[in-house]
Amino acid sequence: MAALTTGSFLRKVSVPGSGAAGGGGARLRSIAGTRPSVQNGQLLVSAGLPALDQLLGGGLAVGTLLLIEEDKYNIYSSLIFKYFLAEGIVCGHTLLVASAKEDPGDILQELPEPLHDDNYKKVLDEGRSHKSQEEPEISMKIAWRYQNLPQMEAGPGTSSRFGHYYDVSKRMSQEVIQSAKWHKFFLPEEITSYANVESCALNHGYTKLLHFIQRVISEQGFDGSNPQKKQKNILRIGIQSLGSPLWGDDICCADTPEHMHSLTRFLYVLRGLLRMSLSACIITVPSHLIQNKAVTSRIRNLSDTVVGLESFIGSEKEANSLYKDYHGLIHIHQIPRLNSLICDVSDTKDLAFKLQRKVFTIEWVQDNYLRQERNIYPPGFSYLLKQKDSAWGEGSLQHSTFLMSFLAKTTAFASRLVRHCEPLKQTGSGGIRQTAEPGMWHDGRRQRAPGLLGIAT
Amino acid sequence: MFPELNNLLNVSPDKPEQGKFTLLCDAKTDGGFLVHHFLSFYLKANCKVCFVALLQSFSHYNIVGQKLGVNLIAARDRGQLVFFEGLKSTVEVLFGSKEQPNTLKFIRESSSDLKSLYEFVQKALTPSGDGSATSWKFPVLLVDDLSVLLSLGVEAVAVLDFIQYCRATVCCQLKGNVVALVHDSDQTEDEENAMLMNALGHQSSLILRAEGLVTGFCKDVHGQLKILRRGLLQPKSEQTRSLIYQYKIQDKSVTFFARGLSPAVL
Repeated sequence: MAALTTGSFLRKVSVPGSGAAGGGGARLRSIAGTRPSVQNGQLLVSAGLPALDQLLGGGLAVGTLLLIEEDKYNIYSSLIFKYFLAEGIVCGHTLLVASAKEDPGDILQELPEPLHDDNYKKVLDEGRSHKSQEEPEISMKIAWRYQNLPQMEAGPGTSSRFGHYYDVSKRMSQEVIQSAKWHKFFLPEEITSYANVESCALNHGYTKLLHFIQRVISEQGFDGSNPQKKQKNILRIGIQSLGSPLWGDDICCADTPEHMHSLTRFLYVLRGLLRMSLSACIITVPSHLIQNKAVTSRIRNLSDTVVGLESFIGSEKEANSLYKDYHGLIHIHQIPRLNSLICDVSDTKDLAFKLQRKVFTIEWVQDNYLRQERNIYPPGFSYLLKQKDSAWGEGSLQHSTFLMSFLAKTTAFASRLVRHCEPLKQTGSGGIRQTAEPGMWHDGRRQRAPGLLGIAT
Repeated sequence: MFPELNNLLNVSPDKPEQGKFTLLCDAKTDGGFLVHHFLSFYLKANCKVCFVALLQSFSHYNIVGQKLGVNLIAARDRGQLVFFEGLKSTVEVLFGSKEQPNTLKFIRESSSDLKSLYEFVQKALTPSGDGSATSWKFPVLLVDDLSVLLSLGVEAVAVLDFIQYCRATVCCQLKGNVVALVHDSDQTEDEENAMLMNALGHQSSLILRAEGLVTGFCKDVHGQLKILRRGLLQPKSEQTRSLIYQYKIQDKSVTFFARGLSPAVL
């Protein structure tokens, strides 16, 4: 890991969209709380959850938009929203919090407290592989020049580590919140009177929010417009419940909404603002309320990273024995391919999350329908049943092996239906090899024509 | 430029086809690699390219282009590439001064057509009469992508009009090519997008369709590419032929193979 602090990695770091601004060849000194991606040198920030960072390919790229499709009661999506903001405070980034529902000051009061290394070890079980470890106290043989540098602390505000763990049962302390730099946008305060004319053909609330974001970016120098400014920093933007009726939008209310393009236009302009600045944005959208599926797919296409949450509260999956340890499913719908042809998409697709002992964990869970239906139907047929989310959407490779076994058993089954003259001789263990070619190779010679067309005499 | 795709399409940078409209579509996967392929292909073929990039920034295409062997900054400086960055222009239109030429004024107004965008393309690709020394082979218009225009409130008919005007100018008048990418969401109820895709499919002579695998995600095969050639002018000799290949995207290239014959399986 010492290579990350040398110049060769930092040279490859380039701010997306800064082709004209920023000066060619100027090295970007490392900003706290960021690290370059190992794949394409893209600058990454943590989303607040190390488990989610791993699934997103190392973190959230600077200049991109993370869309969280809310779960039905907005419990876990607001939790991830708060993790994102808490990570920003701990790393010393500037925050911009926008909401139409609750005052952003109240949101900041409810942020979880970061866990220090020793507390974290106490909270988790033993045997977890990704604990953070203390630096060994041996003298360094190769990197001896770094021996005398001070150790990095894990305290909030001065932390330069990537990705922290948080304790949801405790609140972040007041002095840490006060020391953070943040801007707030609370919709009822900004809109005092409704204008009759909509400028930009956008919703009035969205227009105000865009102007606010653009003002913060240009005045605070996040778009590189002030090169003499002190250390560069990241702006973390969080917008809560975008698209809900509180923003004045009706895509969640009607099947054919009147302002269908308001939110998509907003997302497009927001994307433009993000690409030209050192910022990362998280928005939560109540997609389960949007009835027009075209709007949902357009919103996904305009976002970079899309994560959907599905909680088990009140759904029929809650009674399922496989899901009894978990609180919901998490779907990674989309990961961007930035500055490269490939993206670092993880192989595991069936993921569930749980909020356990104050820590949010994401784990792989086998798709449930397969296990359940196997007890009722003959083996192999369960592949044909409509399986939500797994086989036809983001299924895993294991399902194709079921197809092979199903095909092998079907031919045996069907041929048994056709040739009803004499029963199948059970000459062995009754495995697949025996039943798939009945009556063909009894004593080394072909007895009769195989398969379905064999008519018994 | 992916050499394997050139072999599959039977073209090479030395003798590219002219006067064609190629439609790229993707369903359930990301078809952006096709855009990178055509961009580097036409730059290497010494054509004048007008690239309308609505969804990504210039540096994104530049970095990928460097992996594929073309330098977009150099191409832009010598006049071979005219790059229209939609995101940057939008921000300038909305937050900048009002005197700037607004190619994207449809963002500001609720119902507008793409006439200003077409005029931009026309000005970029029509050879100027000042007798400049460098002569390019033929002009090419690349659009990435058209579905974003639908999200911005432009009607599908207006997008079709825009493509019609561009085809008339670029393909017929200037004997160039037009390549456009459209996202296909066949399982959702996006009727405007479906109408746009069908109409463009009938106008195109070559359709490249990148789809995700039906059985779900696979690490070694990233998707399936359908190549559909439509013979427009010769009804009896060139019939509609369709080829299907599977592909895997790597860091600097894309490998294509016949269905089921992925190198990971063999």
